[in-house]
Amino acid sequence: MIPAAFFLVLGAVIFVIGVIGVLVRREAIVIFMCIEMMLSAVGITLVAASCYLHSFDGVLFLFFAMTVAAAEAAVGLAIFVLLYRTRKTVRADEINLLRW
Amino acid sequence: MIDYVWLIPAFPAMGFLFNGLVGRWWRLRQGIVAWVACSALGLSFLFSILVFLELLKLSPEARVAIPDRVLFDWVVSGGLKTVIGYKVDPLSIVMALVVTGVSFFIHIYSVGYMHDDPGFTRYFSYLNLFVFMMLNLVLANNFLLMFVGWEGVGLCSYLLIGFWFERDAPANAGKKAFVVNRVGDFGFLLGLFLIFSHLGTLTFDEVFAKAHTLGPVTVTFITLLLFVGATGKSAQLPLYVWLPDAMEGPTPVSSLIHAATMVTAGVYMIARCHVLYEMAPVSMAVVATVGALTAIFAASMALVNTDFKRILAYSTISQLGYMFLAVGVGAFSAGIFHLMTHAFFKGLLFLGAGSVMHALAGELDIRRMGRLKEKMPITFWTFMMATLAIAGVPGFSGFFSKDEILWNAFSSPHGSLFLWIIGTVTAGMTAFYMFRLAFMAFFGRYRGSEEAWHHAHESPPIMTVPMVILAVLSVIGGYVGVPHVLGGGNHFHQFLAPVFGEVSQHLEKAHGAGGQEGSLELLLMLVSVAVAFIGIGKAYYFYIKEPSMPKRAAEALPGAYRVLFNKYYVDEIYQFLFVNSTKRLGTILWRQFDENVVDRTVNVVAAIMRVLGSGLRLLQTGFVQDYALGIIIGAVLLILFLM
Repeated sequence: MIPAAFFLVLGAVIFVIGVIGVLVRREAIVIFMCIEMMLSAVGITLVAASCYLHSFDGVLFLFFAMTVAAAEAAVGLAIFVLLYRTRKTVRADEINLLRW
Repeated sequence: MIDYVWLIPAFPAMGFLFNGLVGRWWRLRQGIVAWVACSALGLSFLFSILVFLELLKLSPEARVAIPDRVLFDWVVSGGLKTVIGYKVDPLSIVMALVVTGVSFFIHIYSVGYMHDDPGFTRYFSYLNLFVFMMLNLVLANNFLLMFVGWEGVGLCSYLLIGFWFERDAPANAGKKAFVVNRVGDFGFLLGLFLIFSHLGTLTFDEVFAKAHTLGPVTVTFITLLLFVGATGKSAQLPLYVWLPDAMEGPTPVSSLIHAATMVTAGVYMIARCHVLYEMAPVSMAVVATVGALTAIFAASMALVNTDFKRILAYSTISQLGYMFLAVGVGAFSAGIFHLMTHAFFKGLLFLGAGSVMHALAGELDIRRMGRLKEKMPITFWTFMMATLAIAGVPGFSGFFSKDEILWNAFSSPHGSLFLWIIGTVTAGMTAFYMFRLAFMAFFGRYRGSEEAWHHAHESPPIMTVPMVILAVLSVIGGYVGVPHVLGGGNHFHQFLAPVFGEVSQHLEKAHGAGGQEGSLELLLMLVSVAVAFIGIGKAYYFYIKEPSMPKRAAEALPGAYRVLFNKYYVDEIYQFLFVNSTKRLGTILWRQFDENVVDRTVNVVAAIMRVLGSGLRLLQTGFVQDYALGIIIGAVLLILFLM
């Protein structure tokens, strides 16, 4: 059997890649995809834990997380569409009205 | 019947609530409002008489032993337990009778006088409220309820002086009365605090029963502080300045509040607290001296004044001085006796003034009056009755009460020749200025405009009937207290005697003594009567026989005349000393303290916050990813901390 640590490390690596993506990329769509990646990483961790602990809690929790992610994606994409209509851009560094 | 004593103040309270709430919302007709207000007073008067008759049936000892009628607990806090309770004894019932009786007649008079005034309903609600408060003051069985009445009548006085608030003068006069009274009330309140802190109670009976435990210094302080309150409310030196200005109010108000009832509250209060005052000879001397000085001081200002109502106002101050002289020498029942007769004749004098104003379209300057006896005979005759009474002409009520005061000022252990001389001189001045007023207003030739003379008319019966009743009382009111030396029984004195206990007994003896004492009393009486007649004669000579005399007299003594005419410049001195210095202090505090200290502190705090904020706000870059970085750093730190 594959050791549990493998899954946990995989989840952690994907999560960190997602975080770095959120911080360094400028296109809103890409940032959004990175957030989805972070969610997936957490999902991997949850399922792995569920499997090794012989409990359905983690799997159940993942379903919830996926539902929320889907809803969030719908709302997020709608925001981007509107943002593009009004400002002709979805680059995060060009959208900085809310500052001092 | 005595159980229902609480109804006496309850009727005016109901009248006030009905007229003040329903009458104003529904805009009831004047007739209804007047009926409600007057019948409330009428019932109140009726119940006072019933309680009085009940009291007469009891033996003199039982009259002062009636337990207080307690309605309910009012303030219960720690050691303080105060009730709403009323006290029935000869003193409080005499006061209740005077207050409700005079108020009743003046209410009726007001219906005619205030006819068609837009504030008719408001006027009668205030007037009923005033009577309610005044009855609380005189019937209360404890100092706190008395203080409520004390403040309540002050409030009504303020409201009614400034009744025509759309004009500046009444509004300012009301404010002045309120502020000056506040000074006195402050002293009164301090006196109450002292009583409570030393005796732990404010109920009259308990305070007086425990009074012997007080030290002489404490009791002197208490009585002097209470007297400060009395100088404010009863317009004595140095706080009398508000009363002449109070004449800006409607004339029946001047009659009721500023002559007959409210201003006598101080005299009543001292009589009520006679146990405390008897323990403090210094305070007694202060009260008597202030009273005597006020009497002569105010009378001198009335000599040259030309305003009908202000002459009467100074006369009121002067007569109140007499009452304080009486209670100051320990002649408490004489003080209350004069209070009662004064309520009759001074109330009537003001009603006469109102009647004259009514006839002459508000004219108040006696230099533009004259010969009015032809136009208004009833007003003239009633006014003359009151004038004779206040001048102390034998046979009229003022003679008996004033003479009893003068005799006590001389003979009482607290009295002295000095006080008697001041009192007698004042009596002469009183006779002079009152007859001057009467001669200038009702005799001689008319000095106003032709048109005003044409319109002058006698007042309607609703005004003249109360005047006639008060005139009758002014004449016969004194016969309840005819001194022994004139063969009378002095029933008034005997009725009040149980309240005032030993002192009164002592004076009773002095008063009833025959032989040498009696002849001395007769001699002094003759002197004061002679002085009064000299005053009247002088007034006759000055204002009827030789109309050029006043002018020549004024020119002969220009300095004295100017000082008197300008009322000793007391208003100006007070303006300079108190009002202006307070304003200056206020300006200094505003410029120096407020602007330099308070405002600067606030501004410095704000500036510090702004500097700090201007650094911190740089964090708000507007880049979503900066915030995300912040969240991640925070999360990492949190995890590190938890691990």
